Amino acid sequence: MQRVDRIAAPWGTRTPYGRGETWPERRDLYLADGLAEAEVDRWVQTASVLHSNGDAMDIAVKDERIVGVRGRAEDRVNRGRLGPKDLFGWQANHSPDRLTTPQVRRGGELVETDWDTALEEVAGRTRDLLAERGPGSIGFYTTGQLFLEEYYTLALIARGGIGTNHVDGNTRLCTATAGEALKESFGSDGQPGSYSDIDHADVICLYGHNAAETQTVLWCRILDRLAGSNPPEVVCVDPRRTPVAEHATLHLAPRPGTHVVLMNSLLHELVEQDWVDHEYVAQHTVGFDELATSVAAYSPERAAEACDVPVAQIREAASLIGNADRLVSTVLQGFYQSHQATAAAVQVNNVHLVRGMIGRPGCGVLQMNGQPTAQNTRECGADGDLPGFRNWANDQHVRDLARVWNVEPSHIPHYAPSTHLMQMLRYVEQGSIRFLYVSGTNPAVSLPELSRIRSVLAQDRLFLVVQDIFPTETTQLADVVLPAATWGEKTGTFTNADRTVHLSEKAVEPPGEARSDLEIFLDYARRLDLTDREGAPLVPWKDAEGAFEGWKACSRGRPCDYSGLTYDMLRGNSGIQWPCDDQNPAGTERLYAGGRFRSSPDDCESYGKDLVTGASVEPTEYQAMNPAGKAIIKAAEFLTPHEVPSDAYPFHLITGRTIYHFHTRTKTARAAQLQAAAPDVWVEASHEDAAAHGWSEGDLLEVTTLRSAVRARLRVSGVRRGVLFVPFHYGYWDAGEPRPDGPGRAANELTSTAWDPVSKQPLFKTAAAKAEVVQKSDGVPSPAPRIAASRPVTGEQDTRGGDPAMVTEDFESTGGVR
Amino acid sequence: MSTTRLARAATTHDGMAGAIDMLHRAEGQLAHALIDLSDRHASDHEIHHVARDLAGWSREHVRRLADLGHSHGLDLDPEPAHEVAWAGALKQAGAELLGRRHAPIGMLLADLRNLHQKAAGVSLDWEILAQGAQATEDAELLALASECHPQTLRQLRWTNTHVKELAAQALTST
Repeated sequence: MQRVDRIAAPWGTRTPYGRGETWPERRDLYLADGLAEAEVDRWVQTASVLHSNGDAMDIAVKDERIVGVRGRAEDRVNRGRLGPKDLFGWQANHSPDRLTTPQVRRGGELVETDWDTALEEVAGRTRDLLAERGPGSIGFYTTGQLFLEEYYTLALIARGGIGTNHVDGNTRLCTATAGEALKESFGSDGQPGSYSDIDHADVICLYGHNAAETQTVLWCRILDRLAGSNPPEVVCVDPRRTPVAEHATLHLAPRPGTHVVLMNSLLHELVEQDWVDHEYVAQHTVGFDELATSVAAYSPERAAEACDVPVAQIREAASLIGNADRLVSTVLQGFYQSHQATAAAVQVNNVHLVRGMIGRPGCGVLQMNGQPTAQNTRECGADGDLPGFRNWANDQHVRDLARVWNVEPSHIPHYAPSTHLMQMLRYVEQGSIRFLYVSGTNPAVSLPELSRIRSVLAQDRLFLVVQDIFPTETTQLADVVLPAATWGEKTGTFTNADRTVHLSEKAVEPPGEARSDLEIFLDYARRLDLTDREGAPLVPWKDAEGAFEGWKACSRGRPCDYSGLTYDMLRGNSGIQWPCDDQNPAGTERLYAGGRFRSSPDDCESYGKDLVTGASVEPTEYQAMNPAGKAIIKAAEFLTPHEVPSDAYPFHLITGRTIYHFHTRTKTARAAQLQAAAPDVWVEASHEDAAAHGWSEGDLLEVTTLRSAVRARLRVSGVRRGVLFVPFHYGYWDAGEPRPDGPGRAANELTSTAWDPVSKQPLFKTAAAKAEVVQKSDGVPSPAPRIAASRPVTGEQDTRGGDPAMVTEDFESTGGVR
Repeated sequence: MSTTRLARAATTHDGMAGAIDMLHRAEGQLAHALIDLSDRHASDHEIHHVARDLAGWSREHVRRLADLGHSHGLDLDPEPAHEVAWAGALKQAGAELLGRRHAPIGMLLADLRNLHQKAAGVSLDWEILAQGAQATEDAELLALASECHPQTLRQLRWTNTHVKELAAQALTST
């Protein structure tokens, strides 16, 4: 037992273990107000919601209030560990400024009202528009933070009831490329690997994945392997000196926008040196010859020049990968939000296919998610796909979905892919979408080129509904605001980035009149009087467990099969990985064992796309290319990014996260320990660039792009030269004043409206910028945390939380705090 | 060699040169049309960016056709002049001003339709040229066609994909 300041030591104490051993337990506990464990009235099971890792935990309840959290040692994902956001983030639930009453706009102002008035207004506008302009005038934009049951209900209402094709989630910003890359390579979405692959790997590659800050507990697992016997080699690809980079055997910091060149050169070396599993390639894949031809042009020398990485590093990385016995690769936003996102992520899949390293312990690809329930947005059809990974272009799949919903197949829009978010906004801009229902997300801060977003959402002709738990920059623009219950105040399930399904139970009542998103959606559906083809209610369930049973029927037989799961199975035990069905009653640790894929033409979720143009592959072409349902090795050529540094805008600008915050800080800024650790926006530049321009730590810089400007204090960090980094968490709700007319503080004032043509994920990490000092520091420090990737390039990490951040860790062995 | 034979050789040669000349012009027009589409629809960001990437392919085809034209007695411009830059910028500015308010989905659909027809013409021209190259055992020309034509097909799939995605919205909700 040990007490640790978990703001200062986010990853806690080491519990080392060797290759192939079981990751030791370490149970983390945080209770407010000096409470003892024995004083807690009850413990209520759940998992984490402020990142995608899915750490299992129990909520402590005393006097009907949440008073703390404790990790669940029996769970496969975290073995009891929690990250800083898990430990402290729950306090936001109690914030006095929660939305507690519905609001409607009257005479230009939002005024409080009752549920009946607010929802009748929402349903009434829906009915009117359906009559006047049809379902194409109605759009839904949801999140990666609701529960499975809520997404599935929303997908049914929108696609099966209203009949609109305009349904997407903010998963478009975080995980769209993960899903698309999996579809391109394996024919269907679904994470091939498992977190437990970390236990067996001898080489772990992290591509644009600062796991130390985005998935702290997964990083604990890697740190514990590094502290144990037979540690793995770690390869890090990141333009910042992240904790991953510091612990890596090899750190490659390529010039932003050149990932496809780098990946192609690694594949070039694998082919050239014949580090290829020819038997696996012949039996289980198509497309190898095209890849070999395509990557022949990408020598390490060419890549070294394009990426500005030493050629020896590229050769060494290829050699580590080529000689790996068991290889794990993880990918996240560094690739997903950059130029040629899908093309680059697919090349990581290709590395594993060429090496025959997939579907075995220690051999896995993890195309990561950014949000806790993003996986469910993808599965349930609340983003750009049909529920259950069904293929919109396959009439049999649509008929099958219509059978489950008991509606006419023609009523489910499937004449084109589901409209992605950025296109929906374009339709709003042009006035063909007149109703947008936003749930659980804050586009007025999180989308690129904010001045455009504000002007699109503020239009009079748009009826904007916003359902959230706090007032945000987006609720300010709404016509109707619906107060929602949050995690701990409602029951449902959600699934993490390695397919682990957890149950999250209601611990306390929501504040005021706030209702769960599910209750709100069900009420909306009732008011619309949506029915199936026999005239029965389209949405037959009344509660979360009923919705889950409905989803089980919908997912049966599909890759994401939940039919073998029940709430009772998930209660009291570890989370369970899908598919969980009659054949796999205990769940499935790894997909694609033995090279068996879900990619046959009649089974696959997608026929794929051109990795450069985004054009759809026609069913007949797919049938000819992959009749036997193998994995697809897909090559891609490099294209020059559309916005590159120039004399006027000499820097690459990238945006990203800090360990202490999530998204637009609606929750994390309301948890004192987290907010104190990272209170305001900053900008990072390299030591070389700072010296060249005469900038020093704490100087107030104005960063400008073709769009707009942001002011932020400088942190001279380990970011690569020529690159500026601005965190995207900071908006205006707590800035003390409304958004100024001049330079702002939201990073997305700077970003450009551009997206990957394949996954449609916005490119937050591809902009050209200039910067100048507007005020010298005069001793005022940068508010950036002095830890992790934003650590000063000279100086030790010394961000501290002190007494309020002390957490109890319970474990047997120790390897010291790190 | 008889005069008949000579005449036939000349005709064959002229035919091939004519086909190269025609395709060179068509690819140049396609590149121009793609840039024009990009400029006119600057507020449709994916169209704007990808159309420019695709124009790059056609420009490269133009350059390679001009290069190969020399061995067929042709003197083709490897980089035909396009619209002056300021005219494109003007169109983009106009597109951004108008594109943010009015409802030009139908206009975009019409432009994509025209572009698709142009690209289909280019695709057929490559087909014709490849047939001729096989008949005349012109390995160099055949290699060029087999490298370039697949990119034309990708351009066609691209316009087709966007037409498919936009058509319903253009027809039912504006």
